[in-house]
Amino acid sequence: MADKILKKLNIKVWRQKNAADKGRFETYTIENISTGSSFLEMLDILNDKLIIDGQDPIAFDHDCREGICGTCSLYINGRPHGPDTEVTTCQLHMRKFNDGETITIEPWRAKAFPVIKDLVVDRTAFEKILRAGGFISVNTGGVPDANAIPVPYEDAEESMDAAACIGCGACVAACKNSSAMLFVSAKVSHLAKLPQGKVEAKKRARRMVAKMDELGFGGCTNTGACEVECPKSISITNIARLNREYLLARFSE
Amino acid sequence: MSILNSKIPEGPLAEKWSRHKAGIKVVSPANKRKLDIIVVGTGLGGASAAASLAELGYNVKAFCYQDSPRRAHSIAAQGGINAAKNYQNDNDSVFRLFYDTIKGGDYRSREANVYRLAEVSPNIIDQCVAQGVPFGREYGGLLANRSFGGVLVSRTFYARGQTGQQLLLGAYQAMNRQIDKGNVEMYSRHEMLDVVIVDGKARGIIARDLVTGEIKRFGAHAVVVATGGYGNVFFLSTNAMGSNGSAAWQCYKKGAFFANPCFVQIHPTCIPVHGDQQSKLTLMSESLRNDGRVWVPKKKEDAEKLRKGEIGPNDIAEDDRDFYLERRYPSYGNLVPRDVASRAAKERCDEGFGVNAEGKAVYLDFKYAIERLGKDVIKARYGNLFQMYEKITDVDPYKEPMMIYPAIHYSMGGSWVDYNLMTTVSGLYSIGEANFSDHGANRLGASALMQGLADGYFVLPYTIGDYLANEIMTPKADTNTPEFEEAEKAVTSRIEKLYNIKGSKPVDYFHKKLGQVMWDYVGMSRNEEGLKKAVQLIREIRDEFWKDVKVPGELDNLNPELEKAGRVADFFDIGELMALDALNRNESCGGHFREESVTEDGEAKRNDKSFTYVSSWEYKGEGQEPVLHKEDLVFENVELTQRSYK
Ligand code: SF4
Ligand code: FES
Repeated sequence: MADKILKKLNIKVWRQKNAADKGRFETYTIENISTGSSFLEMLDILNDKLIIDGQDPIAFDHDCREGICGTCSLYINGRPHGPDTEVTTCQLHMRKFNDGETITIEPWRAKAFPVIKDLVVDRTAFEKILRAGGFISVNTGGVPDANAIPVPYEDAEESMDAAACIGCGACVAACKNSSAMLFVSAKVSHLAKLPQGKVEAKKRARRMVAKMDELGFGGCTNTGACEVECPKSISITNIARLNREYLLARFSE
Repeated sequence: MSILNSKIPEGPLAEKWSRHKAGIKVVSPANKRKLDIIVVGTGLGGASAAASLAELGYNVKAFCYQDSPRRAHSIAAQGGINAAKNYQNDNDSVFRLFYDTIKGGDYRSREANVYRLAEVSPNIIDQCVAQGVPFGREYGGLLANRSFGGVLVSRTFYARGQTGQQLLLGAYQAMNRQIDKGNVEMYSRHEMLDVVIVDGKARGIIARDLVTGEIKRFGAHAVVVATGGYGNVFFLSTNAMGSNGSAAWQCYKKGAFFANPCFVQIHPTCIPVHGDQQSKLTLMSESLRNDGRVWVPKKKEDAEKLRKGEIGPNDIAEDDRDFYLERRYPSYGNLVPRDVASRAAKERCDEGFGVNAEGKAVYLDFKYAIERLGKDVIKARYGNLFQMYEKITDVDPYKEPMMIYPAIHYSMGGSWVDYNLMTTVSGLYSIGEANFSDHGANRLGASALMQGLADGYFVLPYTIGDYLANEIMTPKADTNTPEFEEAEKAVTSRIEKLYNIKGSKPVDYFHKKLGQVMWDYVGMSRNEEGLKKAVQLIREIRDEFWKDVKVPGELDNLNPELEKAGRVADFFDIGELMALDALNRNESCGGHFREESVTEDGEAKRNDKSFTYVSSWEYKGEGQEPVLHKEDLVFENVELTQRSYK
């Protein structure tokens, strides 16, 4: 439990100057990392070393560093968000690694998420899917009292389970087809489980799925890899619900 | 006469807002279409404002430095949002929420603003439910509430430990709908670096495209800054890594006064600092104090053994535990306001009772609640927080108490705004944490979310119309004027200056140094000597920074170090103003504790006779002393009492 020191680590990391660059792996060594440090703190230390040595530091996305904003997005030793369960990259700690180990770090790999630089990818495709229908069409003001429509406890809980998605994209990175179904289904379920969201449920599912297909995400073949790697434990039962909503939507067209 | 005009409406407190709304101008739908508004920042304030303004028919351009507006740090707020719904029948009311907020803020905020906040709070909950925010519910299907520090009623609505996330997604989704309709143009990965003033009015901004490095000009009829707080001046804080005070600071340099910079909130329940590799601190929601009991050992020997790791917390007998909050504040116990809880933890640790290796931690123990309610109930309430704690510390809080320590969390200070949320620059607005307006010297838990959304959904959309009604004949901003030219040049030359220093140390080196000075001298406990020393030290570190910082990478590419350098450069200036403000305010109030101003039993002592005012600072140019303007605070509806939570 007490923190130990990892004397030496080899960090094999994807370097890519910009979207046009082909990219390649580079390996760096780093010394004296506390097992109590986070993975990103380890990268901070490596970057400060690179800067002092006159090299370009490694670009990676991060912000809240507490597992909620969904910005961090590293593919570590072959797994999105690395070798721990139910965590984001920023919550991953160095106690999960061994002294002398070589750690491989890559960006999310998916056609719909092009690399901007090094480990930073462009996830605008997710934005576009949500803009296509991931909302309830109400304006500010003129809404009923919050308690006017009771919501069964279980429905609110299920809705919240799905709403916990942080939009990180690990599901896409984990999927051999680069499918965004888990992400899309989480939003569809979050809203469809509430009476307020039911009204537009079919239209929402239809529009979001169409946008997803248009943006170059692959199809879902039910491998379940997404669920395993999702830091927020979003369940693939949401995908079944999405399929249902979607079929209903097609049916009523 | 102060040059500050707060524009507080006449009339009885409870009627001010409705009278004001009745009196202000409204822009016709046809004219709204001709008007452009820039909103910088997309947290609760920015996203709710952008969505609401676009729904009204204005053309909105929204900006955020993150890759998506959904990442704004409002997302990390855990515990809840207050509203005077009185759903619990526990005698809550708009007045009670107003009173708690004024008292909690230690009588350093404006009555009229705070009352309005309480007044619109019920609408926020209605709005969020309509948007599909999955608030916690009772088995009967109605909304559930929990209680929070500093109050005696249960008025906090929550979505597990992710309330900020869910509220932000609600506002973000409302904004997405407007983006889809073409009413909001979204600029992600863009950072505002200056505000452009033309003929005394805010007419646009200069922003850097963080992917290409391009410096761009954007024009509008009004600019709204919703960029959050400046807590990262301390380096270690609960803010996101990118959170910064630069937008508000550029506004300050262009004439928007900066108010109460020394009022920052130290949150009592954060995971303690360990070692020296740490980059940020993680908050454990205040809601945990509902069921957790805070304690340290009674005996110093026990504390020493704990620090050495010879014994664990569960080895300490019941009678040897000092539940110091319950002991000192019997009526509020573990639920005293944040500033009180923070100082009490520091006091125990300074006395040698700290429990981690660094001696800077106290326990937050759930054993008693688990015995009373069962593990399942606790898990349902706080499961995700417990999981987060375990992932970070490798300790199971169901079995062992959490270790916590205070950390910088929120800035009550910010751009000075009038009742309309306009700064001292015409057409330049500031909302949410970025302004100073509602929390006085201390913010109550679950009130930040309330204020961000109140400003964005229900206040600004009304008040901005009063200004814009006079701008309907003003043509779209021409970004080729000398004012834009000059602002862009200044931005570019500052970036080049930073880049060309090519010194020997990375930005973080200086940021950490600054943070240490801030924490030591402008932190939880302040005194004249220390504050003067802080000013001196900050100036020295700043000089060193501008001579020796090393910004790697390229100017025309994604360059996080360059972004950081610009923000840290501003943090030096913000830190200095904080110290000056703290020096001026020789009283203890809320989060600001001056060792020179205490009661006999060591509690904070306000000095209402000399300091019942807002300190509003005017920029006078680089290297010049800023000028202090005082806005006197007038209390007509509450009596100023020394806060007591005993
Ligand atoms: S479903 Fe899970 S993995 Fe996919 S974006 Fe959401 S949180 Fe990330
Ligand atoms: S940095 Fe926010 S989730 Fe990792």
